[in-house]
Amino acid sequence: MLDDLDRRLLRQLQADPSLTAAELGARAGVPPLKASRRLGRLQELGILQGQHAVIDWRALGYAVAVSLRVTLDKAEPRAFDTFLAAARKLTHVTEIQTFLGRVDVRLNVIARDMAHYQQIYREEILQLPHMADLEALMTVATLHTDESLPL
Amino acid sequence: MTLDDLDRAILAALQRDATQTAAALGGRIGLSQPATWRRIKRLREAGVLAGQRLALDAEKLGFGVTVFLGVKLATKGRVSLEDFERAVVAIPEVQLVEHVLGLYDYRLRVVARDLADFERVLRRRVMTLPGVGDVEANVLLSEERRPGPI
Repeated sequence: MLDDLDRRLLRQLQADPSLTAAELGARAGVPPLKASRRLGRLQELGILQGQHAVIDWRALGYAVAVSLRVTLDKAEPRAFDTFLAAARKLTHVTEIQTFLGRVDVRLNVIARDMAHYQQIYREEILQLPHMADLEALMTVATLHTDESLPL
Repeated sequence: MTLDDLDRAILAALQRDATQTAAALGGRIGLSQPATWRRIKRLREAGVLAGQRLALDAEKLGFGVTVFLGVKLATKGRVSLEDFERAVVAIPEVQLVEHVLGLYDYRLRVVARDLADFERVLRRRVMTLPGVGDVEANVLLSEERRPGPI
């Protein structure tokens, strides 16, 4: 379905999403029109779904980031749906992932400082329904974040 | 940096779609193109807008499996941390490396074509990392990013 040119364009765009079709074409070695047509096709195919701004929460004063690993009570048939619906309402939750494995759900929670985190943890996280177990990993440093695919 | 309501509206809009022009965005929140552009520039300079993320359908591109790994180091000390970190960031299938405190020392996000490919990455690349000890794998089923406190 995809050829070398598609992959080249996606590789360049992943490396720098702010590139225009003309710049992208130049880097991939094709005319701008061809580059923009290909990108249009990748969008139509649902492969290229969009671009989202990345917010650096630290720059807004959120110094604390915690990965909360949740195990749900499987005796409760609606545990996943009820838990996820409640987690979506928490404003300090920036990511929600579900897993197959020892952990069922992971929440990424941000807070201004440890006192603020403690408040969120007690007043919001511990109120979430159907939790059987909860573990926290506190982020010390993000060493590498490049969610591009090895195309 | 402190934000006002218009800054928040701009951040929320760009989180949804970072390709929109300042004119289009401004039009929706009742701000002129130059005023919107100035605010975006200020947010960039303050480091709040830290770049753009491309949303790709990984599965359609042949990456059917994403796994989160918790890694514990077997030996600790400054040298082993550095060796591990240098080697782990060089693995192309590893998308995210976080140094964490808690049950594990590192949290990794790994993409692979399928489970067999993941097993290859795990055995040949992750389990052979310098100092690596206990590894826990959780296969990603679904993921959503939330707007956060803006």
